[in-house]
Amino acid sequence: MEKFTTHTGRAVPLRRSNVDTDQIIPAHWLKKVTRSGFEDGLFEAWRKDESFVFNRPERQGATVLVAGPEFGTGSSREHAVWALQNYGFHAVISSRFADIFRGNSLKNGLLTVVLPQETVERLWALTESDPSAEITVDLEAREVRAEGVTAAFELDDNVRWRLLNGLDDISITLQNEADISAFEATRPAFKPRTLPVA
Amino acid sequence: MGRTLAEKVWDDHVVRRAEGEPDLLFIDLHLLHEVTSPQAFDGLRLAGRTVRRTDLTIATEDHNTPTLDIDKPIADPVSRVQLETLRRNAAEFGVRIHSLGDVEQGVVHVVGPQLGLTQPGMTVVCGDSHTSTHGAFGALAFGIGTSQVEHVLATQTLPLAPFRTMAITVEGELPEGVTAKDLILAVIARIGTGGGQGYVLEYRGSAIRGLSMEARMTICNMSIEAGARAGMIAPDETTFAYLEGRPHAPQGEDWDAAVAYWKTLGTDEDAVFDHEIFIDASELSPFVTWGTNPGQGAPLGSNVPDPASFADPQERAAAENALAYMGLEAGTPLREVKVDAVFVGSCTNGRIEDLRAAAALLEGRRIAEGVRMLVVPGSVRVALQAVEEGLDKVFTAAGAEWRHAGCSMCLGMNPDQLAPGERCASTSNRNFEGRQGKGGRTHLVSPQVAAATAVLGRLAAPADLTAADPADTDVAVEA
Repeated sequence: MEKFTTHTGRAVPLRRSNVDTDQIIPAHWLKKVTRSGFEDGLFEAWRKDESFVFNRPERQGATVLVAGPEFGTGSSREHAVWALQNYGFHAVISSRFADIFRGNSLKNGLLTVVLPQETVERLWALTESDPSAEITVDLEAREVRAEGVTAAFELDDNVRWRLLNGLDDISITLQNEADISAFEATRPAFKPRTLPVA
Repeated sequence: MGRTLAEKVWDDHVVRRAEGEPDLLFIDLHLLHEVTSPQAFDGLRLAGRTVRRTDLTIATEDHNTPTLDIDKPIADPVSRVQLETLRRNAAEFGVRIHSLGDVEQGVVHVVGPQLGLTQPGMTVVCGDSHTSTHGAFGALAFGIGTSQVEHVLATQTLPLAPFRTMAITVEGELPEGVTAKDLILAVIARIGTGGGQGYVLEYRGSAIRGLSMEARMTICNMSIEAGARAGMIAPDETTFAYLEGRPHAPQGEDWDAAVAYWKTLGTDEDAVFDHEIFIDASELSPFVTWGTNPGQGAPLGSNVPDPASFADPQERAAAENALAYMGLEAGTPLREVKVDAVFVGSCTNGRIEDLRAAAALLEGRRIAEGVRMLVVPGSVRVALQAVEEGLDKVFTAAGAEWRHAGCSMCLGMNPDQLAPGERCASTSNRNFEGRQGKGGRTHLVSPQVAAATAVLGRLAAPADLTAADPADTDVAVEA
């Protein structure tokens, strides 16, 4: 995972609530067996509409998505995170994220930032009136900054530490391998196994 | 202070607890399917890692599998590659797999319970959000992303953020024709698609105790549609009776030890939930969705809502978008909404009791002219049982298509899809835009409502069928 410290970029305001992961990346894209190449599938159905915000020339090259509440509901597909990253996004701002999507994003270095809905509204107003307006997402300071907006956000210390250092969860867990072995030795005999024990 | 069911199961799986770190939990069962696992196995290969506990891991093919011509090569080359990738990974890493054509193949959340692999007090994960299904057994079961799939394959553990607890207490008796599906759709409409966020839901009360295991699975399955981390129901005699004798259920002394442990799992009387909701089962009626998220639902007896009636601007905008996409007008009675297709199946309602319920209503009747109905059993075992009971004949005699097991039209990854603009009454779990095919319009319903809708060609309750039968014109219609 790449480190995330601070990021500044232009934004796409997405004024919709309940954007589910089926909209972010439709199911037929999930047949791919790689983590890359999902950018053309991002919001595929909505991008067929010429007036959709993603199709405006002034939004090309934007790297921060400012979305409505309940972003990322539904399917656990991590492909939704890969699609946003493949397209070029580094951060998503919303007042509420679905749990699985949020977990997936933070494991891939896509920073999902929770801000109050009124702050999201101000960011929408700013970036709609001035498409060249930049938003800074500063993980070190746990702060989002844009013209006229300075907003602190919360993020678990442990998650922040992993993101700042680009650490891989599996390596961290395997440092505690002895704890796993000790736990395994205490598991009751009645717990099921999928394979016959050798 | 006492603990809740969820807290007990969590505490019993903590491998490591340290200040400033998330708890590291042991995972008792890891279910795999073809869609969310290829990148995880790739990650293992890149890092030179193995699957730590192949004996706690099992794979099945479901999302991509065709439901017709399963003896022929899969027509879609991309789907074929994905299935072949799972088979290759399973062989390389020593994981048990049930492929298309195998008698144990089926939707992953139908297969685990029917094999007896899902048991009370376990932690169960799968790269699929509907893993919440397994909570019906009193297991802590939740969907994970592909990075976490790789983590579980490599370590058999997951670092997990703490959760809050919510009790959903349902007292009383469900009225005739009202099912677990109607109940959970009503719960989601009440608390919203984000209402369960951060919570493990525990369904309790006399109405829940009275439900079969299959109905309990339907309820827990859709916990994720309320945004919950998981949904659970305390194990009881119904749970034990379902499990006893299944291939992977404990036997002999192990069975006694297991049941003794399972009986300790229920929420203590003095335990405190972070949030509580009460529902009177007797007030429920058949429930259908009218919008494009599972929270946009209403009693079948009501009308398509007016977006202006929503006070919250976000909800109002969502309702406007939904009605435009669904091609519905505010104020239209839901019973007047005509459908083109009906889908019975999925991890929500693709079990034998669901098929029996639909078949009971279709027996001696024909589905409406111009309506296409697909019946897709949740697993090969379910299909075999249905055939033994003659249900397949009932479906085909009524004019429905009887298919092979898989996820099918729930998400349309295989050829079973709606055409643009087609409207479907579906027993699945998601009515998202395009979920069942590009431009397709989905109304989530129970198997009973699905069958009645197929016969009448419009959204309908089972009671409407009797009313529509020529000889029974005096039967009152209520919903």
